[in-house]
Amino acid sequence: MQPFDLVRAPDRRTAVAEGATSHTAQQGASVRFLAGGTTLVDLMKLGVERPGRVVDINRLGLDDIHKQANGDLFIGATARNSDLAHHPLVRGSYSALSQAILAGASTQLRNAATTAGNLLQRTRCMYFRDLASACNKRAPGSGCPAIAGTNRMLAILGTSEACIATNPSDMAVAMMVYDAVVHVQGVAGDRQVPLMDFYVLPGERPDIENVLEAGDLVTHVTLSSPSTGERSTYLKLRDRASYEFALVSAAVAIRLTNDGAIASARFALGGIGTRPWRVTEAERELVGQAPSDKAFRNAAEICLEEARPQSQNGFKIELARRCIVHAFKQISQ
Amino acid sequence: MTDLGKNTVASDDPGYCRPTVTLKVNGQEREVLIDPRMTLLDCLREVLRLTGTKKGCDHGQCGACTIHINGRRVNSCLALAAAHVGDEIVTIEGLGVPGRLHPMQAAFLENDAYQCGYCTSGQIMSAVALLREPCGMSDDDVREFMSGNICRCGAYPNIVKAIQQARRALRGR
Repeated sequence: MQPFDLVRAPDRRTAVAEGATSHTAQQGASVRFLAGGTTLVDLMKLGVERPGRVVDINRLGLDDIHKQANGDLFIGATARNSDLAHHPLVRGSYSALSQAILAGASTQLRNAATTAGNLLQRTRCMYFRDLASACNKRAPGSGCPAIAGTNRMLAILGTSEACIATNPSDMAVAMMVYDAVVHVQGVAGDRQVPLMDFYVLPGERPDIENVLEAGDLVTHVTLSSPSTGERSTYLKLRDRASYEFALVSAAVAIRLTNDGAIASARFALGGIGTRPWRVTEAERELVGQAPSDKAFRNAAEICLEEARPQSQNGFKIELARRCIVHAFKQISQ
Repeated sequence: MTDLGKNTVASDDPGYCRPTVTLKVNGQEREVLIDPRMTLLDCLREVLRLTGTKKGCDHGQCGACTIHINGRRVNSCLALAAAHVGDEIVTIEGLGVPGRLHPMQAAFLENDAYQCGYCTSGQIMSAVALLREPCGMSDDDVREFMSGNICRCGAYPNIVKAIQQARRALRGR
């Protein structure tokens, strides 16, 4: 691990000022915020992350979870994934979120990992983690050996000639369907970014993964309150029954009218995109229809329209269709 | 830049390892010379000589290094020691001692819940934490809650047996 200074930030403003001394908040940042450390410390050991200064933000009181006056759910940036998954409000009204978190990692990791850390976790593409390999995300311009190499676990949506790395988060996929908003404190003040606009597609610069600038501190995430009668679930398909990243996953939410037609539906996919994948046009197709395999499969087709398989992961397209259909069927019967 | 005084552990210190911090381990305050890069795992093993906690993968994948921080289990290989000043740290050495074993340690012995034993302290630290977690009663529930602890010998059947036995015993008290 490269030497670094470790600082415990006394307040948010100082944390932001510390962060702003870096030239970027993306790959290559010279200052990093430390929350659970489950991604950062791991990547620092590998040499993928090499900050000269690490700012501990664990004692800034950013770990609260509560219902806001407007009904939205407030989730602090350093709330632990375990606390979020087991919180009564989340178990009660945001089932897909609770299930998604518990479907990821292990209890030990979820006890340390945080909300913001989970949103910002890095890809598990093996070339990104291996300093002996080229990787446009880690070393811009060096190339992408995954495209002609080992890519079974990698993305089929949102890819570019430069990068096909999958976003590994389960939590973020579920947050997508609850219209999550990321709240950021930056040098110029506070701002809100819908999660739908938070991640950036790799394009020619896969080292840039989200809209955060140097100094930006994610303070909390809010979720809209689910409408009465809405059901949601998270279905994760993977090589092992536990403690494994998704091949494909789906967070789905549905509300039916009294006569059984679909009043509203939302879904997002994990394991197949360079960011959590949600296509609202596909959801609109479902409204007014009776819940059926055919309707769900049609929505899946729309969502997957732009899928581009790599040499080893073409199976993900059919797997994703079935994942969406099966998840919706589970909660609409 | 704001002077953070004692909040900083600096790498440009002439003796990089000179700063000392106080860690609370198994109920005792321990002064340790710290390098900011030092993980809690390395600090426990190499500085405090508490070698019951094991280093397996060193990347948060195997669970051999599981300890408790403030009553919850975490992978000590992914925790920076200097970031845990003020926290209650418990290792396998703090759980029980020969002659006065924790019921979970006794259950592992009784059920032969290991072969080589390398993963065992991590398994037991996870199993003890599981007692306080919302884990269902079935063997499958235990398997899911224990999936962060890998056993390369494959002692899983007896690990599950040991945990279930300890849970029944502790519930019956």
